[in-house]
Amino acid sequence: MDATVSTTPKVRSKMTVRNLNFYYGKFHALKNVNLDIAEKKVTAFIGPSGCGKSTLLRVFNRMFELYPEQRAEGEVVVDGENVLTSSEDVALVRAKIGMIFQKPTPFPMSIYDNIAFGVRLFESMSRPEMDERVEWALRKAALWNEVKDKLSQSGTSLSGGQQQRLCIARGIAIKPEIILFDEPCSALDPISTSKIEELIEELKQDYTVAIVTHNMQQAARVSDFTAYMYLGEMIEFGETDQIFIKPKKKETEDYITGRFG
Amino acid sequence: MNAAAESVERRTDYRLPLHRRRKLVNAIALSLSLGAMAFGLFWLIWILYETVVLGVGGLSWSLFVESTPPPNVEGGGLANAIFGSAVMVTLATLLGTPIGIFAGIYLAEYGQRGWLGHVTRFINDILLSAPSIVIGLFIYAVIVAQTRQFSGYAGILALALIVIPVVIRTTENMLRLIPNSLREATYALGTPKWIVIRSVTLRAARAGVVTGVLLALARIAGETAPLLFTALSNQFFSMDLSQPMANLPVTIFKFALSPFANWQQLAWAGVFLITLGVLILNIMARVLFRKKD
Repeated sequence: MDATVSTTPKVRSKMTVRNLNFYYGKFHALKNVNLDIAEKKVTAFIGPSGCGKSTLLRVFNRMFELYPEQRAEGEVVVDGENVLTSSEDVALVRAKIGMIFQKPTPFPMSIYDNIAFGVRLFESMSRPEMDERVEWALRKAALWNEVKDKLSQSGTSLSGGQQQRLCIARGIAIKPEIILFDEPCSALDPISTSKIEELIEELKQDYTVAIVTHNMQQAARVSDFTAYMYLGEMIEFGETDQIFIKPKKKETEDYITGRFG
Repeated sequence: MNAAAESVERRTDYRLPLHRRRKLVNAIALSLSLGAMAFGLFWLIWILYETVVLGVGGLSWSLFVESTPPPNVEGGGLANAIFGSAVMVTLATLLGTPIGIFAGIYLAEYGQRGWLGHVTRFINDILLSAPSIVIGLFIYAVIVAQTRQFSGYAGILALALIVIPVVIRTTENMLRLIPNSLREATYALGTPKWIVIRSVTLRAARAGVVTGVLLALARIAGETAPLLFTALSNQFFSMDLSQPMANLPVTIFKFALSPFANWQQLAWAGVFLITLGVLILNIMARVLFRKKD
């Protein structure tokens, strides 16, 4: 296997990225990225703005395909299949690999329908079954107790932190295997942030989680593995403790200690 | 204190005159805007005042139940014109709205970059600013002149041609206001594009889209030129769309220019009705748009 993946974690990997290159038109945004994302662990991506961490996340669920000038080459293997070239419908790839965005994005419909929307895309079920699924997803996202009496209210009526947990519940409801978080707390207050962090901690019991964050303390708190990226390259990747306590590369150390970035 | 520090300190003295000048400029600009607003409102209120004063006198029960009278006959009403206008405006809106909404969806969600989108948008802009008399003459040339028959259908087509560009423009603009993050979040669940549009973006933009339709409706309610060459007018109550059809704007045009006092009074009553209708539609549109939190 590729020598650059020296720090491959000693756990089962859920997603394997090999020789991934990404282009925005002519701009080479990801350069030969290799890494393994461990199953039922949290992998954090850190690095200065523009280093390509969000771009990488958007390759995993083929989000970039919405924009014709964006192009990815290489392999992103999940369960033995390269999601970039597989004949599988992109909708099924995205159902398996969920994504939570920087800003909460509740749909213009009731809290209940926000959750049921995604479920209805892939399953048809009776009303009681759907009620059960909605409650299950809202409980998983630690939102049930706050909204159980107002499920018919608009999703946009919730606070920012609640909206973000609603979006997480919406993602969970369609039973993904991997959840990608793209700076999920950057628009939230500290209390909402810590709630989301606790939630991520719990989610990794059942899901594989990848999170992009600008907040290094957050990466240190929530993740098991950390990848440091700079200018589209994977500089260092390893267990979070090792990256934060004893990074192998000087660039990583400079970034983490705040001397750079 | 050294000289450099002193000169820096002295600089704060410049703030006051600068600030005074800005306040003066602000005051001048503000009074100019207020003056412009007052000028506009003056005419608007005068128009409304005259309409109410001259129109209210003609309001009566017979206005709504009796048809337009022949010259030199007392009484009569506008029932045929009110009915004709209501039918043609409603059908033209029903015809133009779906076309406009679908074309607006195409422009905002599919044809953002392609040449077809650019060409469509350009043509729509031309159509949007085309004088309505041009549209009336166009329908006259291709339909009325060919069939040798003024008709309600021709009037509906001409009015629909005015509705379409207005609805296209508002639908496109309203959809474009929906942040891309909402679209991406919907796609991220594995949603096909048509469901993204139907259930999320169009839904998020619905207050704006409906407002556009109401404004288009208000616009055609008072259009005279496109009906003059198409539906013409009809002295009698007619429900046959293949025949010339009475309508408020053309009746007002005809009656207001006539020498008969009774006709002139009816024209003013018609003006009052149209103004009131358009005002109500506009207020409805505004209320609806404001609700969009």
